[in-house]
Amino acid sequence: MRRWMSAFVLLAVFVLIWQAVASIHGVDNLTLASPLETWHSLKVDRALLISNMWVTLEEVLLGLGIAVVAGAGSAILMHLYRPLRDAAYPLLVASQAIPIVVLAPLFVLAFDYGIGPKLAIVALICFFPITVNVLDGLRSVDPELLKLMRSLRASRVATLVKVELPAALPFLFSGLRVAATVSVIGAVFGEWAGADKGLGRLVLLGNNQLETPRVYAGVVILTLMALALFALVTLAERVAVPWNRKETA
Amino acid sequence: MQTRIEAPAQEPLSLAKTAVTVAGLRRAYRTRRGVLPALEGVDLQIREREVLAVVGPSGCGKSTLLELIAGLQEPDGGSVTAAGAHEAKQRLDVCAYMPQRDLLLPWRDALANAALALECRRGVSKAEARRQAAPLFERFGLAEFERSYPNELSGGMRQRVAFLRTLLAGRPVLLLDEPFASLDSITRGQMQEWLAEALASEPRTVVLVTHDTEEALFLADRVAVLSPRPGRVVEELNVPFARPRNRRDTVTDPVFAGLKQRALEALEG
Repeated sequence: MRRWMSAFVLLAVFVLIWQAVASIHGVDNLTLASPLETWHSLKVDRALLISNMWVTLEEVLLGLGIAVVAGAGSAILMHLYRPLRDAAYPLLVASQAIPIVVLAPLFVLAFDYGIGPKLAIVALICFFPITVNVLDGLRSVDPELLKLMRSLRASRVATLVKVELPAALPFLFSGLRVAATVSVIGAVFGEWAGADKGLGRLVLLGNNQLETPRVYAGVVILTLMALALFALVTLAERVAVPWNRKETA
Repeated sequence: MQTRIEAPAQEPLSLAKTAVTVAGLRRAYRTRRGVLPALEGVDLQIREREVLAVVGPSGCGKSTLLELIAGLQEPDGGSVTAAGAHEAKQRLDVCAYMPQRDLLLPWRDALANAALALECRRGVSKAEARRQAAPLFERFGLAEFERSYPNELSGGMRQRVAFLRTLLAGRPVLLLDEPFASLDSITRGQMQEWLAEALASEPRTVVLVTHDTEEALFLADRVAVLSPRPGRVVEELNVPFARPRNRRDTVTDPVFAGLKQRALEALEG
């Protein structure tokens, strides 16, 4: 409870400073909308913001889903087949160095205007943290435990299913936490490259139309979305990995 | 209900009086500083249902010896035969290996952890494995801990579960690698008595590795003392007391004291 309190206090201080800076005479309110103006926009444009939020949320969730399946799947394949890991690891790292902003318009060309390119971009940025973490998790198993499984004459599949996969589960959640936060950024980039709906597009449009408070309102909702996803992953981890729960004071 | 865990039928087991034979066993490890010999010509014979304790200073290759018998490693020279199996792969089928740490899976309760050994046999489902493991928990006084998770169990309890897992593998030869090394001395004493009882009701051929001479003499029919690295057998002692033993009667017996003296002398070289 105290942790929540301190986070709340820090947020309040931040909002106050934000309001103070925005109120300084000479600060252009086209550049910086104050918290109050943002709040006003959140109320007035509520319907618009919410309907666009659902679009972005769908992109984020589906993209994350694809990344989990593809990421965990390739991590397992790379773990089971060493030459594949050696061959694919540099590519995996390289995939992360590609500037998504540059790639996004190409995806739009390739997949057309619909949800396709957004999913591709979200999945692409989320793929890396998930794959790398699951791979680390699969390799984290105590060598002594693998020796024990060998002496029990466990098959490769049995060792994977009974020992390595459960051991990798906390790592999957670590990867998911990182992925959840970057996934929202991915969806925004995807929408910037070409979209007719979604929060990212709304923010871009607001910029062009000098609707600064609406831009800020969109950013606030995007941030809340990332926070909510993060919290959801943490909650899911508590349910799925009860043996790994860290004691919190 | 008395449930015996069936050991896989092994033709040579019923014929051979000697369950495990180790002859001229050599094993060296390649390290950055060169070749490090761990075992240099170890000879041992273990009779069926005999408990042999191997004591030696740390780093004398005791664990290596167990892994070689278990079939987890191949020797550089010499031979190992366990229950008629010569090849490492076949030895894996007749030996159950209990590592130093309990290595219980934190996401499985005690019963499921022990049942893991059964699940690894082809065609035994999780539920079936639990069903088969339950009577053993009953018999060894662990019934109330069946559903406890490893983090809820004491060190001694965890070792008991790990031992049941070893037993459930259903192999004629048990290889125990310092099973009580991590326990405090009181728990360790209780565990020794528990193990002695368990082995009396589930007789197996046992090789027990330990660095504690008293533990070795209390639990084993015979004690082999290894020299510092590279390990060789420098002394073999017969312990002329029937198992399971009463600790106070055994430990205070002059014969026991004499054996301990000899073992310690052998250890000091």
